[in-house]
Amino acid sequence: MTRTDAVNEAVSTLSGDEGDATRAGPSSGEAAVRTVVVSLENASVAVGGRTIWSQVSLEVQAGQFVAVLGPNGVGKSTLLKAVLGLVPVSGGRVTVLGQRAGRGNAAIGYLPQRRAFDPGTRIRGVDIVRLGLDGDRWGTPLPGWLRGAKGRAARARVAEVIDLVGAGGYAHRPIGQCSGGEQQRLLIAQALIRRPELLVLDEPLDSLDVTNQASVSALIQQVCRSQGVAVLLVAHDVNPLMPYMDQVIYLAHGGAVMGPPEQVITADTLTMLYGTPIDVLRDRAGRLVVVGQPDAPTDHRLPR
Amino acid sequence: MTGLSWNLVDDVRQMLAFHFMLNALRAGTIVAVVAGAVGYFMVLRRQAFAGHTLAVIGFPGAAGATWLGISPVFGYFGFCIAGALVIAALPSGGRPNAGLGGYGEESAVIGTVQAFALACGFLFVSLYKGFLSGLNNLLFGTIIGVSDNQVLTLLIAGVICLAMLAALARPLLFSSIDPAVARARGVPVRLVAAAFLVLLGVAAAGTSQVTGSLLVFALLVAPAATAARLTARPALGLSLSVLIALAVTWVGETIAFFSPYPIGFWVSSLAFAAFLLATTYRAAADRIGRRQPRGSTSPTDAGITATVGAA
Ligand SMILES: Nc1ncnc2c1ncn2[C@@H]1O[C@H](COP(=O)(O)OP(=O)(O)OP(=O)(O)O)[C@@H](O)[C@H]1O
Ligand SMILES: [Mg+2]
Repeated sequence: MTRTDAVNEAVSTLSGDEGDATRAGPSSGEAAVRTVVVSLENASVAVGGRTIWSQVSLEVQAGQFVAVLGPNGVGKSTLLKAVLGLVPVSGGRVTVLGQRAGRGNAAIGYLPQRRAFDPGTRIRGVDIVRLGLDGDRWGTPLPGWLRGAKGRAARARVAEVIDLVGAGGYAHRPIGQCSGGEQQRLLIAQALIRRPELLVLDEPLDSLDVTNQASVSALIQQVCRSQGVAVLLVAHDVNPLMPYMDQVIYLAHGGAVMGPPEQVITADTLTMLYGTPIDVLRDRAGRLVVVGQPDAPTDHRLPR
Repeated sequence: MTGLSWNLVDDVRQMLAFHFMLNALRAGTIVAVVAGAVGYFMVLRRQAFAGHTLAVIGFPGAAGATWLGISPVFGYFGFCIAGALVIAALPSGGRPNAGLGGYGEESAVIGTVQAFALACGFLFVSLYKGFLSGLNNLLFGTIIGVSDNQVLTLLIAGVICLAMLAALARPLLFSSIDPAVARARGVPVRLVAAAFLVLLGVAAAGTSQVTGSLLVFALLVAPAATAARLTARPALGLSLSVLIALAVTWVGETIAFFSPYPIGFWVSSLAFAAFLLATTYRAAADRIGRRQPRGSTSPTDAGITATVGAA
């Protein structure tokens, strides 16, 4: 069986089991009509003349928490960039919030995959959060005391999101002196500041310790639930996300599979997608735990 | 040159009685404001090497213009702006790399261009025979010989440069610190980078006319680097950078007037002294800050647990 066949089989297994797998999140059991925030229709992306993935169709609904998983180099970041309009699709269509994907959509909060800020960067965390609010506007901001009510509102909003992510203790220090996890929180605050309808987060949990992975996942889920924000989140370790995910997108072999976690996160599907033995266990509390290092094999990127 | 009487008011009045000195101070003021402001962003973007190259490119421009019998002012501005456009057009000269909080540069290409520019400048100087004293002035600056016309040109260039910088400031800051997010937010990052390089070219060309091509950094880097050590607030840092550049220029020109040594030396030495002071201050402040316990909010997940619990 070729790899493409394997993916197609995975897709058909998923959709065969429960009708349209992409539409059936565990939290949407009430079958209410929900707005589609992101939709890909037979989308393909080529970077540098090489097709990264093709014929991908999926839908993300408002308020859904969607995890994007897959081995290194399979095109997870590229998927997010296609949604943001930073990478053009070579085929098919990507629709975001009712429009064709394009740059500069104020209703999207974005956290790129990154290394840390240079230690010598002498700009405060609050300034970086503030740039998320109006950094794309031309001109020079007037000093706060000259801007009256508007300036006060902006400052209050900055303080509010910094509080929300719990970054108050270090937001006034130069960002270069903050730890990787502290920087990550400030950048999440920056992504949240414009009250986006869609949060696009590329590995927000890396460089966080286990406790902070759990609390940042909880924070993202809380924003997702309380404000109806759809979340598209890339991760390598599924376990901290297990309690929160509504849907999972698995990228492998140049294609994508989407479905509710209990269907995709099974030993059989994961073993097939990664081509290496992976177990899914249940702990005493009934939670799923994925065992095996999904990123280990080097030969299971998409065929060239 | 007249002696120092140690009566400051008298000394200044005596200095300002000379028209060349008045012009030197006017030119110095314009150049200091522009260099302090543009330099702040240059340091933030880690484009000091590109800035230095642009300053050096001004040298063949000025030497060539003198050789052809045109005002060196046009040589400076023409070459620096053209050089800025070339660097902006390089594959990654004006484009962000994956890094955060700063820019990568195609330093090998820029360095090669810089060496070639210096060589051309030297060629023009030798073609224009009997110009060897002029060489020193082009490279290290002179206090005499700033004409009224030159001041006017500097003023016009400075006003245009500052107006453009004011229009760009916020997206420039954004794309300097976090190009990936700025691009996703719709900031035309490449265009902003190219526009900034042109502003850097204008600042370098203007500064060259006061400090000489090789000492441009006394005003373009040192005040900005000093300001960055004193504060992490962007607006305050920018203002401090301008103020330090102004102070260094005024004091340097005044000392140069009363001493036998050249202006470039004084301006650079003062800028260096300010930088040393600020670096010492920073090291001391960081050490004291580290010894004191952190603020009441711990950098752990206290805030998050609270908000999640409340939901
Ligand atoms: N600018 C580029 N030019 C050429 N190829 C690229 C470029 N950017 C990415 N690629 C290729 O596209 C593929 C997908 O990259 P992408 O960054 O989306 O992977 P990823 O799934 O996010 O991986 P990781 O888990 O390591 O972040 C990789 O094979 C990469 O080499
Ligand atoms: Mg990635």
